[in-house]
Amino acid sequence: MKYIDEFQDPELARGLLDEIRSTVTRPWALMEVCGGQTHTIIRHGIDQLLPDQVELIHGPGCPVCVTPLEVIDKALEIASRPEVIFCSFGDMLRVPGTGRDLFRVRSEGGDVRVVYSPLDALKIAQQNPDREVVFFGIGFETTAPPNAMTVYQARRLGIRNFSLLVSHVRVPPAIEAIMRSPNCRVQAFLAAGHVCSVMGLGEYPELAERFGVPIVVTGFEPLDILEGVRRTVVQLERGEHSVDNAYPRAVRPEGNPAALAMLEDVFEVTDRAWRGIGVIPGSGWRLAPRYRDYDAEYRFQVSGIDTREPAQCRSGEVLQGLLKPHECEAFGTVCTPRTPLGATMVSSEGACAAYYLYRRLDMNKTAPLEASPVG
Amino acid sequence: MCLAVPGRVLEIEERDGTRMATVDFGGVVKEACLEYLPDLQVGEYAIVHVGFALQKLDEESARQTLELFTQLGMLQEEFGDPWEMAAEAGGLPLPGAAEASQEARQ
Ligand code: SF4
Repeated sequence: MKYIDEFQDPELARGLLDEIRSTVTRPWALMEVCGGQTHTIIRHGIDQLLPDQVELIHGPGCPVCVTPLEVIDKALEIASRPEVIFCSFGDMLRVPGTGRDLFRVRSEGGDVRVVYSPLDALKIAQQNPDREVVFFGIGFETTAPPNAMTVYQARRLGIRNFSLLVSHVRVPPAIEAIMRSPNCRVQAFLAAGHVCSVMGLGEYPELAERFGVPIVVTGFEPLDILEGVRRTVVQLERGEHSVDNAYPRAVRPEGNPAALAMLEDVFEVTDRAWRGIGVIPGSGWRLAPRYRDYDAEYRFQVSGIDTREPAQCRSGEVLQGLLKPHECEAFGTVCTPRTPLGATMVSSEGACAAYYLYRRLDMNKTAPLEASPVG
Repeated sequence: MCLAVPGRVLEIEERDGTRMATVDFGGVVKEACLEYLPDLQVGEYAIVHVGFALQKLDEESARQTLELFTQLGMLQEEFGDPWEMAAEAGGLPLPGAAEASQEARQ
C-alpha cells in the first residue's frame, strides 16, 4: 500500500486502517480543524489510505491563513514606520497584504525582526528604550497564552515601549459557524489537540450536543490522526455524538488552568473577521480595557488603508472545506509558494501549501462544491 | 506556528521574577517560560510552543514525537532561520542578511 511504510509504526497504522475499514458502512465527512493535521494528512497520504466512504474535509485551523488582510495591511503600515521595531513569528513574513508583505517591508528598510517567542520581543523592547517595539500577536488558543503572558510581564516590569497588534482567534465559535452554514456537510470534527492542551474540553460537550456531532480531540502525528478517525467513525456508525479525548498524553480535560487564568485577565472575547470567511461572532480575543495601553491599534492610529483581496483567490472556500485547493483555478499556475495569491499558499499550515508541496503531481480535478460564507 | 515541540528541561532559573528553563529539543537548546507549568522539574518533558511550556508529557511519547519530527525535517522548519526559509520559498534575495541570521540564532 502506497505511503504506509513511511508511518512510524506501519503495523499499528495497518491495524487502525483495517479497523476503520471494517467499521464503516456508509459515507461520512469529517473535518480536521487544525492546519497541522491537514499537513500530516496530505504528507502521509492518509486521505488516500482511508476507505472511500470516509472523506476528510480541511478546516480553518491555520492562524496565519485566517488573519484578515486588513490586519496584515495594518502590520505592514506600522512596520514601515522609522521609530518601530516590528517583531513577528517567521510564518508571517511572506503572507501577502495588499501589494506587499513583511519581507518586502524589510527590503525597503523597515526594522522587521523574527522572534521565536513573544518574550524575545519584550527583551528587544528592554534593550531599545528609545524605539517602539510592536509584536504581531496572531494565533489560536495555543499561541494566545504566551502573548497574554508577555503583555502581563510588560506591565509588571513597567516596559512602556512595547505593544501587541492582536488578531487572536478561537476555535469553538468557528466550529459553530461551520455547522450553521447552509452548505455544511461536516458530520464530525477532529478537534485540534494543542488547542485543547490549553483550553481543555470546556466548550466542546455543548457543541457536540447542540449540533449532534462527535468531536474527537486528536493529535497531529500520523497515528494520532488514524486513531482520531477510527474513534470518530465508531461514534458515527453507532449514531453517537460525544466528546472523546484521543490525545490524552497532551490533553487533560481541565486544560492548563494557569494559562486559562492569564487569558481571562489579559484578553476579552470579541467578534473577529476571518480572512476569506467574514466575521464570526465571539470568535476572537482582544486586549481587555485595562491593557489598552499595550494595544498597537490604539497606539498607532492606522487609517486610510485601501485593502484589496485578489479576486482570483478562493482561500475562503478552502478554509471552510467547500473547495479543495487544487480545485482553485489559480492553484499551481498563477498561485504557487513563490508567487502566492493567498495566505493558504504561504503558511506552513495552509491547505494550499500542503497540496502544492506533497500532492502536486497526482491530483485529479473534481467538480467544485457550491460555496457561501459561513456565519 | 501552531506546532508545539516536546523538550526536556535541562535547567531552571528565576529571571526578572519569572520561572524560566533551558530546554533541549532533540539537540536544539532554547529557553522556555515555565509560568504555565510551575511544577515542571529538571529532567521532565513538556510540549513547548513559542517559548512556553504548555503541558507535561511522558518521556516515551516525547521521544517518539521528537524522533518523528527529526525524520520529517520539522525541527529544522521550527528552529531554522526563518528569513532564509522565506527567501528560499519566494526565490528572493535575503534582506539585511547578516543581522537577520544573527537574530535567529539568539
Ligand atoms: S491556490 Fe492560491 S489563489 Fe487558490 S485558494 Fe489557494 S491561495 Fe488562493
